[in-house]
Amino acid sequence: MKEVVIAGVGQTPVGEHYDISLRELAYKAVEAARADAGGLHPQALYVGNMLAATLSRQGHLGTLIADFCGMTGIEASAIEGAGASGGLALRMGYLAVASGAVDTAIVVGVEKLTDQTVSNVNAAIATTTDADYEAEQGLTLTALAALLMRRYMHEFDVPQGAFGGFPITAHANGATNPNAMYQRAINPDAYLKAGMVSDPLNMFDIAPNADGAAVILLTRPEILPSKFSHPLVQITGSSVATDTLALHDRPQPLSLHAARVSIESACQQAGVSVGDIDLFELYDAYSIYPPLILEAAGLAEAGQGWQWAQNGQISLQGELPVATFGGLKARGNPGGATGVYQIVEAALQLRSQAGKNQVLDAKTALVQSLGGAASTAVTHVLQTNN
Amino acid sequence: MDIPRHWRLRKQRYALVGEVCDNCDAKLFPPRDICPDCGEEAKTLYSFSGHGEVYSYTTVYDPPVGFEESAPYTVAIVKLDEGPLVTAQLTDLEEKEVEIGMPVEMVTRKLRSATDERGMLVYGYKFRPILNASLV
Ligand SMILES: [Zn+2]
Repeated sequence: MKEVVIAGVGQTPVGEHYDISLRELAYKAVEAARADAGGLHPQALYVGNMLAATLSRQGHLGTLIADFCGMTGIEASAIEGAGASGGLALRMGYLAVASGAVDTAIVVGVEKLTDQTVSNVNAAIATTTDADYEAEQGLTLTALAALLMRRYMHEFDVPQGAFGGFPITAHANGATNPNAMYQRAINPDAYLKAGMVSDPLNMFDIAPNADGAAVILLTRPEILPSKFSHPLVQITGSSVATDTLALHDRPQPLSLHAARVSIESACQQAGVSVGDIDLFELYDAYSIYPPLILEAAGLAEAGQGWQWAQNGQISLQGELPVATFGGLKARGNPGGATGVYQIVEAALQLRSQAGKNQVLDAKTALVQSLGGAASTAVTHVLQTNN
Repeated sequence: MDIPRHWRLRKQRYALVGEVCDNCDAKLFPPRDICPDCGEEAKTLYSFSGHGEVYSYTTVYDPPVGFEESAPYTVAIVKLDEGPLVTAQLTDLEEKEVEIGMPVEMVTRKLRSATDERGMLVYGYKFRPILNASLV
């Protein structure tokens, strides 16, 4: 495999963009990433998107975006794996460059989740669960997370307040991210008093559905001029794993098998252990997932992952910063674009360009996107390129 | 719209028909043709008793399209007596407080209202509390 580096990154603010279409949103982030990469021309385009065919009545996104962004003619395709779509698109771009099939690939994550009514969006997102045996019973992705959280609290005798540290940390970090949907800190008291959405999940336990686009340009270091405009970040590990689609089909629903396998494999490729990680961009669409992911990563025993959020250990100055630009919770969750946002943010950290959100001496980042109830897991290790 | 899909699922929806593995005797619901326990083919039909207990539960206040009429509604993962977990709504709760471990039994109810011009209603399994569990 050849060395793969990030030549450029771009992102739009995450939020409700009533005035910007899907293709225009993608173009804004593409333009930013190409400028950041010094005008590099990609030979292949991979789009991560979850629901454009349903919510924007637009399929065929690979060709649409290549066409609209002035790249007509190049190889292009779209990848779908629910909330992990962006991570999967990066995986495709990584494989294309690492294999030598192309010199330069562009990865676009784009999603518009706010054009339609809440019940339409809930139904569309529920198509990423088991349509015959979960969605048809009236289940939503939110309800599945609530079922996991209730069981976790029961099995390990954990109170609801134990999860608050995750959204509180995410909001604290989002407050200084100009691209975040929510740029406002929340306090522990507000968390405890928040209204229930799907008990035991309250309104602060759930990341907002949003619109957004983020882009990564990948290439090999020898393609770039020797005095490049910014430090290079290398992708040193890349792994995808799957679990059962339906939550009820797992022997141990609280054990995130795919999350664990993909972290182990990506870390092994990079030659690092999870203890070496300087920051972790993880899936915090619902407050129950960060503790389950930290347990899957081997950073905590079963039933103890929530303790990471208790004493500032996951803050920007802590032992293992997570959600450094606000995570899905405060930056916002634009579905299939989310996985690419996570990579953009991790790359900015490793380039020391994270501004007020900078994690000091960040050299190794772990980035994980999950799809459905952790049914698809995509994990990448990013490292500074020496 | 979707009529063939719902017709194909009628045995599962109305009678909780799953499968049993001829090789290791694992009971499977929903049916999946390959036994997750031993990897052999599992195509022998098996009717579940419809009895089980609540493994976890929550309430849906923000329903997807088609489920607005029943909202808010309680959903659960039920652990069937024969082993598998199944996802379903709880019904006939009246004032009863749901808790993990509560014994439940399968009943057939309307799952969702019509969302298209043909007005198709979908029926299927839900679970209700076994009112006097000690007598069952
Ligand atoms: Zn078997």
